[in-house]
Amino acid sequence: MRFVDEFRRPELIAKTGDEIRRLADPDRHYRFMEVCGGHTHAIYRFGLKDLLPPNIELVHGPGCPVCVLPMGRIDDGLSMAERPEVIFTAFGDMMRVPGTRGSPLEYKARGMDVRIVYSPADALKLAMANPDRHVMFFAIGFETTAPSTALTLKRAREMDVKNFSVFCNHVTIIPAIRAILDSPDMRLDAFIGPGHVSTVIGCRPYEWIARNEGKPIAVSGFEPLDILQAVVMLLRQLKDGEVKVENQYNRVVPWEGNRAALKAIGEVFQLRPYFEWRGLGFISQSALRIRDEYAAWDAERRFAVPGVRVTDPKAAQCGEVLKGVLKPAQCKLFGKECTPEHPIGALMVSSEGSCAAYYTFEHRKAAVGVPAAGIPAAGIQ
Amino acid sequence: MCLAIPGRIVELLPGDPPLATVEVLGVRRRVDLGLLDEQDPGRLGDWVLIHVGFAMSKISEEYATEQLRLLEALGEAEAAATEVRGYDQEVT
Repeated sequence: MRFVDEFRRPELIAKTGDEIRRLADPDRHYRFMEVCGGHTHAIYRFGLKDLLPPNIELVHGPGCPVCVLPMGRIDDGLSMAERPEVIFTAFGDMMRVPGTRGSPLEYKARGMDVRIVYSPADALKLAMANPDRHVMFFAIGFETTAPSTALTLKRAREMDVKNFSVFCNHVTIIPAIRAILDSPDMRLDAFIGPGHVSTVIGCRPYEWIARNEGKPIAVSGFEPLDILQAVVMLLRQLKDGEVKVENQYNRVVPWEGNRAALKAIGEVFQLRPYFEWRGLGFISQSALRIRDEYAAWDAERRFAVPGVRVTDPKAAQCGEVLKGVLKPAQCKLFGKECTPEHPIGALMVSSEGSCAAYYTFEHRKAAVGVPAAGIPAAGIQ
Repeated sequence: MCLAIPGRIVELLPGDPPLATVEVLGVRRRVDLGLLDEQDPGRLGDWVLIHVGFAMSKISEEYATEQLRLLEALGEAEAAATEVRGYDQEVT
């Protein structure tokens, strides 16, 4: 096994690798999806593929909030930046994501007031400091980020801050997993469950995957040893014919999740009937909208948002890569027209995107023979 | 990134919203404790996992150290420090 000495607890890693080889049936091909983009990043960064036998394939999932947002929503958000009274705020990750007429950074270069914030609370603070302007926060993220947006909206309402709104693009992880399982071109054996989303939702929501879909799931941490231990859990279940949810990351993830965070989400948001995901299409009850009680702070209701639908550049195959049907390097544009410096698809922008991770840690290494520089600093989803 | 940032509560700023000064990677910034369990609120000296300016859960010191090391290994420590420095800036 290569690289083992570079890791923390190398003996345990080696032992876990041995266990994986012992449990894996050499006549079987395993496909495990890591749902979370943070896991994708860690898998490439640590070269975990090299620690697994060739018949265990890790398939990258949809857990990158920037990547799953269709271009139409970016255009919708940017339409508000064009209003002279609006200060457009978003996390750093969003700034380089291309819309039809450029990314938020390019809008900024054209003179529009576009600013990075690191917390929704800071967007609210900005609104309070600029009473004659309107601060719009472009909210993205899974259940990890939604509670912070929810609490910020509660504070805005309590303090009656009238010049603040949220363009809500929060999505939920379980319906995305369901859509992937329903996809006819997808064959998966098990799931590596997301780590930090699960600190909020807990492990219980995954039980239907085990019960109804017959797929084992192991919620995992982000250390190399965590991910390998999750693989052991999944292999052992498949070997014993068991199907259940296991919590490898129980040092952080409580089985029941975070009650205060779930309460905040429930008070401020409700499920949208459907929402469009890049690559996965429309998925029912897969995203959050702002409740009527908070309508005054909902950018979609405050401004006439055009509701644009844009098809992705034809040659780009982001959808297939997002679903795990294609590997990043199998896309026609990968490493040619589409690079982290000049991204065409969002998967090449975020450090959680599988294309950016693959490009940084695999592609450039192979092409130049030296380790690549890091992906440009990103915000946190 | 999905990776949360560990920090230690060095000062409690009681009131509504419940805020605290947290030290992360040598930087002191204000974070919101409103998402912690009311039964088990943040106390002075506690380690917490921080995500977009909010403490999401309390963690052990051992895990905090492990998480800091992981951010370093993933090449994310600098991005994490940039994020934390970005919290609660003076705005104009």
